[in-house]
Amino acid sequence: MANTLEPYRLTVHDAHDLLRGGELTSVELTESMLSRIRDLDDRLHSYIRLTEDLAIEQARAADGRLRSGRDVRPLTGIPVAVKDVFCVEGTVTTAGSKILSGFRAPYESTVTARLREAGAVFMGKANMDEFAMGSSTENSRFGPTANPWDPSRTPGGSSGGSSAAVAADLCLASVGTDTGGSIRLPAAFCGIVGLKPTYGRVSRYGIIAYASSLDQAGPMTKDVADAALLLQAVAGRDPADSTSADVPVPEYAAALTGDVSGMRLGVPREYFGEGLDPEVAEAVRESLALLEDMGAEVVEVSLPHTDYALAAYYLLAPAEASSNLARYDGMRYGLREQDTGELAEVYKATRSEGFGPEVKRRIMLGTFALSAGYYEAYYRKAQQVRTLIREDFSRAFERCDLVLGPTAPTAAFELGEKIHDPLRMYLSDVHTIPVNLAGLPGVSIPCGFSSGGLPIGLQMIGGPFREEDLLRAAHAFESNTDHHLRRPGD
Amino acid sequence: MEYETVIGLEVHAQLATHTKIFCGCRADFGAPTNTQTCPVCLGMPGALPVLNRRVVDFALRVVLATGGRVAPVSRFARKNYFYPDLPKGYQISQYELPLAEGGFLEFPFEDKIRRIRITRIHLEEDAGKLTHGETPGDRDFSFVDFNRTGVPLIEIVSEPDFRSPGEAAEYLRRLRQLVRYLGVCDGNMERGSLRCDANVSVRPAGSDGMGTKTEIKNLNSFRNVQRALEHEAGRQIEVLEHGGRIVQETRLWDPAQSVTLPMRSKEEAHDYRYFPEPDLMPLEVDERWLERVRDSLPELPLPRRSRLMEQYALSEYDAEQLTASRELADYFEEVARLCPDAKKAANWILSEMLREVKAGNEEDFTGGPVAPDHLAAMLSMIEEGTISGKIAKTVFEEMYRTGRPPEDIVRERGLTQVSDREAIEAAARRVLEAHPKQAEKYRAGKEKLFGFFVGQVMKETGGRANPGMVNEVLRELLNS
Repeated sequence: MANTLEPYRLTVHDAHDLLRGGELTSVELTESMLSRIRDLDDRLHSYIRLTEDLAIEQARAADGRLRSGRDVRPLTGIPVAVKDVFCVEGTVTTAGSKILSGFRAPYESTVTARLREAGAVFMGKANMDEFAMGSSTENSRFGPTANPWDPSRTPGGSSGGSSAAVAADLCLASVGTDTGGSIRLPAAFCGIVGLKPTYGRVSRYGIIAYASSLDQAGPMTKDVADAALLLQAVAGRDPADSTSADVPVPEYAAALTGDVSGMRLGVPREYFGEGLDPEVAEAVRESLALLEDMGAEVVEVSLPHTDYALAAYYLLAPAEASSNLARYDGMRYGLREQDTGELAEVYKATRSEGFGPEVKRRIMLGTFALSAGYYEAYYRKAQQVRTLIREDFSRAFERCDLVLGPTAPTAAFELGEKIHDPLRMYLSDVHTIPVNLAGLPGVSIPCGFSSGGLPIGLQMIGGPFREEDLLRAAHAFESNTDHHLRRPGD
Repeated sequence: MEYETVIGLEVHAQLATHTKIFCGCRADFGAPTNTQTCPVCLGMPGALPVLNRRVVDFALRVVLATGGRVAPVSRFARKNYFYPDLPKGYQISQYELPLAEGGFLEFPFEDKIRRIRITRIHLEEDAGKLTHGETPGDRDFSFVDFNRTGVPLIEIVSEPDFRSPGEAAEYLRRLRQLVRYLGVCDGNMERGSLRCDANVSVRPAGSDGMGTKTEIKNLNSFRNVQRALEHEAGRQIEVLEHGGRIVQETRLWDPAQSVTLPMRSKEEAHDYRYFPEPDLMPLEVDERWLERVRDSLPELPLPRRSRLMEQYALSEYDAEQLTASRELADYFEEVARLCPDAKKAANWILSEMLREVKAGNEEDFTGGPVAPDHLAAMLSMIEEGTISGKIAKTVFEEMYRTGRPPEDIVRERGLTQVSDREAIEAAARRVLEAHPKQAEKYRAGKEKLFGFFVGQVMKETGGRANPGMVNEVLRELLNS
């Protein structure tokens, strides 16, 4: 078990106990983490950029709070990694893109503001697929991140830097964003906990937008209790985000009862179809059996429109992205090319150079889907499919409290394996995308390992604003298993 | 062949809220460049819009004043295009579900009441302001002022109900009067608070079909609206007369050359790729909200005009002038409340008062330095014979210059009317003695000279003599 000699191995809640008890200071913890990052991260590349000065400053301030005993919260003094998609005032924020080279955010995202207020320590900006578009972190303009379990493999994406940093003990916890699976997929691939809250549960203010109607920020942690702590810190209505919900935030720790008896777990037959790796299917089925042994009731449900989710997503998300990314025009910040040319030349040169191939592909897709003459056939049709998918879930939740299935069809794949085959890459998100389309909360937790020793993720999907249900079941499962305790290199 | 012109107008009005439509920045005109900005209106990565509900209040005033149907649920949409004055690369507007549809504006035109139907009124944000190469030596540069990005606008789209440029220009004047009455827009076309684009086509007189239309932009004054429309209609007729056909296109009015010119096709070849704005919730307006706005509406120009005619027995012309602006009408009614002769009050306001304000700009009247109770007091002094009508003009000039009450001015300057019969008689005798020849001629029958004597007596008394009494005294002396 982790201790003060290897404090980077701690969970957030264990570190909190030590910090609070005076057995460890935040500066010690932060410095041990920085030194570990220096040792390991050249190889992993989980961070795009460290914010050492900020981290030490925040750690000192946290130690002050801890010493005085005033305003000590569960995250006070806790080193976290922040996905590079969050604006952190005064620090370079690029969303993994060249087009935002050198862009220093002039304001703070609500999520990081709430983490700061809670006393968290920002280690640095975690690597990601450019503008959160990708499933492998290979689309980062700063180079890919390696999976700590097997550096020849992807950590998943788009929050791959965040998941690798947590799995490799290069931070105690992290925040990512999830538009089609970008928290849950990398959590599954790296053997950690990744929770995507209900759309509207966490403010999007200051998060560089990919697809506004789908984006949602959430915690990526070593265990479920930590996920509850981080979610508690960042959740809740924000007047600066009109789509953030005015729904009371419950006490998430209270959901960690260890008890699933009486919960009805729905298993959609559509999530066990073609393309699912047998080892993954096996791990998920064993997990279901365990939950049943623990007192949960397993029922079969159907989500009949699952097959259409991917297609609908790849119209809606790119459509919104094509508009969201229009602001990167070289006029006000970030990259500008062909400074002396005609206006159209400046736009063309800046955007050609600034965006990577996957981002360009999605801008083209989205522009097409919204074009006059195609809008009805693509964008509107996709919205209709979205409604059907939402209704699928509503019907399922009449019969169960949670829907369970695999997070991803396979364990982590090889770096380079799918990067030139977008459609195969897109299929990695086939189980996570419907959850975003329906705006529901979902969590991925470790539920086993492949024969090659790679983590496998179990996905739990809840009703709107039922994060407590997710946390309760995930925590109970975790309490009866030890998958989450295994670390790369153990 | 005889042709008929068909015109529809799209009017943009900047709403005069203190802050912008989607952020808390001030929306003042004329602030130093780029001082009223924030991450939201600068389109910074990750920034999100939040609707200013006051903007909706203002827009609803216009909708209710024109009898439009307010949508219980309307939606914002993104209009996508690239331009340096548009920091997000899209304008937040409304498209499929506008705030309101239907309604009309009625106004008198050529002795009839014209009713122009309104198609829709929707909310949107303004773009920034671009200036090109203004600084000497900076010819290759363009400058953007983002103070204007996010200033709230409503777009008021009319049906193609106009049959002449004059009618269209009059509608615009009436719309301006209305938004100013409602206190939602200052209506200043030069500053761009009110902007107008027009759709113009011509067709054979009496035909029901619609000709191919062109869209005319850059109509930034009432004069330009009329001139541009006249020119464009004439141009289209000429094209048709020469066997040509009208190309559907956007044309720019060039006021210097007095012509409309086609915009480069590149500039108009836009596919705006509208789609619902995912960063904003649908806008819901319930009956309570509408009721609150309805209660805040002032009396509108046309009904007020009718009421003034009836209540104060004013001519249509006077009532029209007095209702040019809400401030002027309020002023009049306040004076009329304090002074028994409303007709006289109207005359004074429309002649003396507005002459001082600025010839022909009655709608810019904002009260001026003469308090309504001062003007009423002065009118009463005339009525009571304390001062003469002629002296009153002098008094008024000073009231306007200094803002002081008329009683003080009259007292200090000794302007009280002379109604002392003996004093007037003495003055009249002096005049007759000084002009014996004229007196003789008058008595010999040259009665026209009576006016001369009146003038001389007035001169002798410093203009303060009671004119009625002067007449009476002179008649007695001359006829005796």
